[in-house]
Amino acid sequence: MPVQFEVNGKPVAVEVEPRLTLADCLRHHLRLTGTHVGCEHGVCGACTVLVDGAAVRSCLILAVQAEGAKVITIEGLSLKDGLTPLQASFRKHHALQCGFCTPGMITTAHALLSEEPDCNADRVREVLSGNLCRCTGYISIIEAVLDARAAYKHDGKGA
Amino acid sequence: MRTVNSFIGQPIERLEDFRLVRGHGQYVDDLARKDMLYAAILRSAVGHGRICSINIARAQKFAGVHCVITAADLGHPTPRVPMRLQPMPEFEAFGQPVMARDKVRYVGEALAMVLADSAAIAEDALGAIDIDIEPLPAVSNYYIAAKNETLLFEDKGGNVAMKFRAALGDAAAAFKDAPYSRRESFSTQRHTALTMEPRGLLCEWDAPRGKLTVSGAAKVLFFNRRIIAKQLGLAEDAIDMVECDVGGSFGARGEFYPEDFLIPFAARYCGRPVKWIEDRREHLMTMNHAREAACDVEIACERDGTIRGLRGHAFVDVGAYMRTNGAVGARNIAQFMSGPYRIPNIDIDVSLLLTNKTPVGTYRGPGRFETDFFRERLFDMVAHDLGIDQVEFRRRNLVREAEMPYTVATITPFESKDELDSGEYQVTLDRCLAEIGWAEKAKLKGKLVGGRYQGLAICCFIEGGAAGPKESARLVLESDGTLTVYVGSSGVGQGLETAFAQIAADAMEMPMDRINNVFHGSTAYVSDGYGSYHSRSIVMGGSAVLDAATKLRQTMCAEAARRFNCGAAEVVLADGRVLGPDSKSVSWAELASEPISVEGAFLNKKHTWAYGAHAAHVSVDPKTGHVQLIDYVVVENCGRIINPLTLKGQLVGAVVQGLGGAFLEHLAYDDNGQLLTGSLADYLVPTASDFPKIRGVVMESHPSPINPLGAKGAGEGGIISVGGVMANAVADALSSLGVEPRDLPLSPSHVWQLVQDARHHGRSAAPRIDSAGHAK
Repeated sequence: MPVQFEVNGKPVAVEVEPRLTLADCLRHHLRLTGTHVGCEHGVCGACTVLVDGAAVRSCLILAVQAEGAKVITIEGLSLKDGLTPLQASFRKHHALQCGFCTPGMITTAHALLSEEPDCNADRVREVLSGNLCRCTGYISIIEAVLDARAAYKHDGKGA
Repeated sequence: MRTVNSFIGQPIERLEDFRLVRGHGQYVDDLARKDMLYAAILRSAVGHGRICSINIARAQKFAGVHCVITAADLGHPTPRVPMRLQPMPEFEAFGQPVMARDKVRYVGEALAMVLADSAAIAEDALGAIDIDIEPLPAVSNYYIAAKNETLLFEDKGGNVAMKFRAALGDAAAAFKDAPYSRRESFSTQRHTALTMEPRGLLCEWDAPRGKLTVSGAAKVLFFNRRIIAKQLGLAEDAIDMVECDVGGSFGARGEFYPEDFLIPFAARYCGRPVKWIEDRREHLMTMNHAREAACDVEIACERDGTIRGLRGHAFVDVGAYMRTNGAVGARNIAQFMSGPYRIPNIDIDVSLLLTNKTPVGTYRGPGRFETDFFRERLFDMVAHDLGIDQVEFRRRNLVREAEMPYTVATITPFESKDELDSGEYQVTLDRCLAEIGWAEKAKLKGKLVGGRYQGLAICCFIEGGAAGPKESARLVLESDGTLTVYVGSSGVGQGLETAFAQIAADAMEMPMDRINNVFHGSTAYVSDGYGSYHSRSIVMGGSAVLDAATKLRQTMCAEAARRFNCGAAEVVLADGRVLGPDSKSVSWAELASEPISVEGAFLNKKHTWAYGAHAAHVSVDPKTGHVQLIDYVVVENCGRIINPLTLKGQLVGAVVQGLGGAFLEHLAYDDNGQLLTGSLADYLVPTASDFPKIRGVVMESHPSPINPLGAKGAGEGGIISVGGVMANAVADALSSLGVEPRDLPLSPSHVWQLVQDARHHGRSAAPRIDSAGHAK
């Protein structure tokens, strides 16, 4: 069935099976492969995207449920060249190794910092506890997110 | 200004990160090909059974299904997964067929494969395959395996795949008349690496050229290519193994699995590109499991705590088959039970027991996590018995610098000898004590504060690295004057590109930004590569880069000398140019009018031994069994640090992975051999809020004498001591109750039960096994 929504600021129209997840739609129909699929049952958080500003697991909603929504993926949170302050902070703090969980971490952290640029370490830990990472042990991820808060305090578009 | 040795040792931010933080990484599932088919694999839901029939007729008629493959299509005999490490003839009978034909031996074993126009159709069609499996009694643990009543391989007469023995000195003599001895048994539970990226492959068969391309290969591409070539009857150079970005390996990903035959086979069979991506449930039941081991060991000491000897038996549940590296954990349990300590007399055997569970393989610190838990737990019991401080007991028995190289136990039957290379183990112990604030915190040991008992523990470890025999590297001076680096090592997320760029830039005395890329892992890059395992990439690959750089410099000097019409000795590389006599000079770009390509290699038979200590401070709630980690410090000395940022990342990440093994992760099976933990809702791993305070401290001194970098393999040291240090901290906290954990994981229910048993019976109860593997 047909579905229309906005991805990274551009309108898209796709013909999908009703059972297709938003994650698979983004990855395989729209070729936005920065969104990763790690478990397909909503635990690992690697597939997190922003739907109307909220961090959502794209493996747990169907593409047809995104009708009319504004979807932002890691590609939409990235600049053409260079790194955003949040991405640069991840690099500076060595908050990634294999990089598979990273897009989900960054979309989740972006949603948090956009809403709560003054959040403390416990709050960052709580929110990111829904995103699994097997490489870093999380310590450096928390440091990276805390260090990026300043970029969100003025215009809320720090990512 | 010369840029001599300016990058090695610096916390250089990673080159890899530019693509990965922006979602521009390319993992295997990100690839797509025109006309691609998707594979889905039907897996046994029965742990042990005889296959009566597999009927694929209905599935074949499914719209969108291209074909269905069963073992009958794979030829006789069915190809098997070969052993890569310790490939002893005794293991051959236990090799895993790539698809089950007569019998299934674990839940998850492949029965059939559907190739279809979409992944969804392929999965739908699996449901239309009619299978009839007659269940057999399951061998669901090593106690049952040791009874040899139900056999996995009937013609073998028993479930013991193999026995190793580690021996040093004369253990029997050491125990005779020993002033003190203690015998204990311990166990660790089955768990797994759990890479965040599931496994996957995309295979393409170019029929006119007879060429196969395997994308999604990882870890040991050259070995896997040899196997595929042999099994498909192709020349090795007819196969290209292509590494994508890899979402973690930790030893498990990239080994040769049944699918590493099945998907290339399917691509040739169908004549179309075939993609296969496992889902998380498949991952949990098919990727190598690890860590399930038990032991019954005895230690003998002098009254002053000097260790005389260690002897006993260990048991490893290897699952249903011997896969590529399924013997490594067992070997390490026996050979490295002595760890960094001077134990002059050792006699330990280890039995590899077959059960109806997923086969095992290596997982970061294979065998070492298990055996260090056994040893360090035993040490704290012994120190307590002898009235010696737990730190002092360790300090007294650590191998000293003057004793290097120090010979460890020899493993039979393959006569594997080894020696510790260099280091001052007391220094990392002292640094760890200082970092955690031991002297101050020691006052809290065993105290009840706010309803929680406080505990403190420290353990020492060694980490082996640098497996031989060889690694290759190729440097190309491009015609624009930049340098391209190619290595046989494989990237699995550890940051190879950055580390090798640092090494190459220093060796060539050039800025890092003139290195345009570091290519790794693919069989097309170097003539012979060995990959990434056993913490070998920095030592082996890095030393190969050094060798290639030396040769490239010689080639550049010779070429410049030819142009300057002088001797090569009169030419020097400086400031990005090649300088000759009489102010003659040529830029690198001018010199490389045609790219200059030079291959280097490093050959090595010895191992490096990084070393260090872990310390932890916990509090335990006796009412719930909950353990809170208050502080954790790991200190590791790895000879020479290439990049302290990534090294620290390895340390801290490994600690948290180890905490998963100590507290949370458990691949549980029922009595029928059914896996009970098939999702991430059942198989728990650490999250961001579980363990907020972990500190990694990296040190360098005593460079390794066996390689020109002086580096020692690191990356596993952070996980090795975690089980031991956590169990010792819990025992320390609950010392007033007499709780002695002997088994992992330290789940709340387990710790709570230990507290109950101690209160009611005066000691903690735990399942025990005797030397034959029987429960006592």
